[in-house]
Amino acid sequence: MGAYLVRRLGLMLLTLFGISVIIFALLRLVPGNIVDILFDSAGMVDPKEKLKIMQDLGLDKSIPQQYLSWIGGLLRGDLGYSYVSEKPTLSEILPRLPITAKLAGMAIGFAVLIGVPLGVISAVRQNTWLDYALRVLSLSGLSMPSFWLGLLILMAFVATFGTLPIYTDPPKTLIDELLLLAVPAAAVGFRSSALIMRLTRSSMLEVLRQDFIRTARAKGASPAAVNFKHALRNAMLPVVTVIGIETAFLIGGLIVTETVFNIPGVARFLVEAIRWRDYPIVQNLVMFIAVVVVTVNFLVDMLYAVLDPRIKYSD
Amino acid sequence: MRLFGKLIAIACAAMGGLSVTLPSRAEEPKQGGILRIYHRDTPPSASILEEATISTIVPFMGVFNNLVIYNQGVEQNSLQSIVPELATSWAWNADNTMLTLKLQPGVKWHDDKPFSAKDVVCTWDMLRGKSANPLRKNPREPWYQNVSDVTAIADDEVVFKLSRPQPSLLAMLAAGYSAIYPCHVSARDMRLHPIGTGPFKFVEFKSGESMKLTRNPDYWRKGKPYLDGIEYTIIPNRSTAILAFIAGKFDMTFPTEVTVPLLKDIASQAPQAICKTVPIGVSTNLIVNREVPPFNNADIRRAMALTIDRKQFIDILSEGKSDAGAAMLPPPEGVWGMPAEMLRTLPGYDPDVEKSRAEARKLMEKNGYGNSNRLKVKVSTRNIAQYRDAGVILIDHLKHIYIDGELDPVESANWDGKVARKDYSVGMNLTGTAVDDPDVAFYENYGCGSQRNYTQYCNRDLQAQFDKQSVETNFDARKKMVWDIDSKLQEDIARPIIFHGRSATCWQPYVKDFTLMVNSSYNGYRFENVWLNK
Repeated sequence: MGAYLVRRLGLMLLTLFGISVIIFALLRLVPGNIVDILFDSAGMVDPKEKLKIMQDLGLDKSIPQQYLSWIGGLLRGDLGYSYVSEKPTLSEILPRLPITAKLAGMAIGFAVLIGVPLGVISAVRQNTWLDYALRVLSLSGLSMPSFWLGLLILMAFVATFGTLPIYTDPPKTLIDELLLLAVPAAAVGFRSSALIMRLTRSSMLEVLRQDFIRTARAKGASPAAVNFKHALRNAMLPVVTVIGIETAFLIGGLIVTETVFNIPGVARFLVEAIRWRDYPIVQNLVMFIAVVVVTVNFLVDMLYAVLDPRIKYSD
Repeated sequence: MRLFGKLIAIACAAMGGLSVTLPSRAEEPKQGGILRIYHRDTPPSASILEEATISTIVPFMGVFNNLVIYNQGVEQNSLQSIVPELATSWAWNADNTMLTLKLQPGVKWHDDKPFSAKDVVCTWDMLRGKSANPLRKNPREPWYQNVSDVTAIADDEVVFKLSRPQPSLLAMLAAGYSAIYPCHVSARDMRLHPIGTGPFKFVEFKSGESMKLTRNPDYWRKGKPYLDGIEYTIIPNRSTAILAFIAGKFDMTFPTEVTVPLLKDIASQAPQAICKTVPIGVSTNLIVNREVPPFNNADIRRAMALTIDRKQFIDILSEGKSDAGAAMLPPPEGVWGMPAEMLRTLPGYDPDVEKSRAEARKLMEKNGYGNSNRLKVKVSTRNIAQYRDAGVILIDHLKHIYIDGELDPVESANWDGKVARKDYSVGMNLTGTAVDDPDVAFYENYGCGSQRNYTQYCNRDLQAQFDKQSVETNFDARKKMVWDIDSKLQEDIARPIIFHGRSATCWQPYVKDFTLMVNSSYNGYRFENVWLNK
């Protein structure tokens, strides 16, 4: 187990190194840089002023020098300064992280709480009107883009309640914040819940046909015990994998949802930073997301052993 | 001097008549309340002097004062609507090459330091690129090329020395972009935390989130401003922003951001809102690289100008609301634009588009083009809807004269650089003009060597005429000269103006004494007269 963990951690570091090179290179392959954009807002290009800014920001150095400077800073805990706001990168990212974390947590929570039970019900009531209704619901969730769903929700709120659940002022209490984030979390979590529902259903159907389920029923276990204790636990492995992957993919949905609901989180900030070619923000934020994804994957792998005692991580 | 004297008299009359020009009201202004406005995007910085975008001007104009300003209660900017601000009065010398301004006594910066004539000198040192505390970008440097020196002759008196007479100097000093900066604050700090003498103090600027200003209790204009503060929430998604305004989350839309289709939504869902559609001072124009064959051929350029159906552009893109015009904004909102009957005589402005296109086809045929030999061209434009949509219509118009265009959408960040490198043949561009004044429009957009003259068009004869009109102090005589220059620019296909855009601004009925300016969207956001009747 110990050697496995060391190997996994080594692989994680290697993955993060690869991501750092890729994001660094990709950003520089995107046409234009911050200096071009700064002059765009001034509606002119002055070559002398442009060169001066390039020098100030270190963009006149060679690409390897820029990379080493960034990685060196990262290892020392110095994330540099945002090119746009000229504030420390950390002070730009940190206040936004909890907002997105709460939204992502609520979205995943919504997806699991809705997707898993409905998937079980759909499987247990296979080929009934309830199963058909839930399958239609899950299909609509998969096919509806979250920005469109978000806009529909906003329009419905204006038409019905005359108000809008968007973020205009920081909420005063945690309850206010959770209430404010509930609607966008549902909007972004709807797609994931549909995926989880469908996967839970198919996985459950497979397990429900297994011999040990028949045995459990034969020995007189209650339907709830059979479905949730015996079947669901065995059906959860692929579902947990998908939940892990969905957590990683959630950032895409959050970008759109944060934009539509005007939530000042890191996902929208990341897009803004890419638009501005704000390298320090983009590089460090992508690295942070990469660390989260790699860690979630690692935890999901560890969870397999907990869910299925047959799985052992040997040396 | 006589005419400059007249101008002073008119300005003083306007100054005295400030209360007269404000809309008559039954109620007295009430103190208090926060004005809530949504903002379309994150401004590049808070430094007005470094930027050339309404995204910076709108939220931060209230932090500053100018020496003089366009009367915030008058819709149309003109030399007649200029009133004193930090300057209490001004006077020209006998040969109109020295402008002396007396300054308000007892004015303090928001950090409590005293304001003096030295700050005015520092500001123009920065603007003229002569400061030890330089601006990172200086887009208005060309405005002050005729200013040879700015001197403080006392703590409350400053003199602008000019190389030649230039009555429009006052028009530029009155623009929203001509904020006075303090000597004691660095250019970097002004981008992050601006310090001004204006009616509102800067509180915070959260990138991608909001900007907040609070009432300056020590404002030198006693009793002003009426508002306790202004809060701008950044909502880049236009649909969300409009819905939020409809739901009453905001008191005002971001100025000039409501398009004609969106205006209909507001009219149906928030009928109480006051909305005004005005020219925004931004023209959509055709840029042609005159150095690249076959566009170095005047016939080809003229043919391209002749095929433009301006009415179709206006009908499609703004449901008929925008205006056809030449370089200067057309009347009645524009002060210097030529009359419609004169405009119709210019190439491509004839309402009989088929006649113009027949002439264009002849020119193309003369140069060897026809149905069997069509000219292929890339129409480059910024990859933004406003630009792209116009580019697509242009491609359709070019088809009528044997030119097959292909849209070349350019990533926004690369657009200015690409144009500056002349790495294009034909392009569709949008140009904003901060002040409805010929000096600004001509020197910035058509002047030899100007950085905002994207095509690098340079006609020495016309440049001499720019100078001649700039010196002229008689308004009517100058106007005729401006029309003549503008006609020549269009005849020369310098940068054919397709139309001058219009869009709307809406506010709730309880927002009082906000005046939307009709010939510039860059000069009317001091907000010191605005109050809320809630």
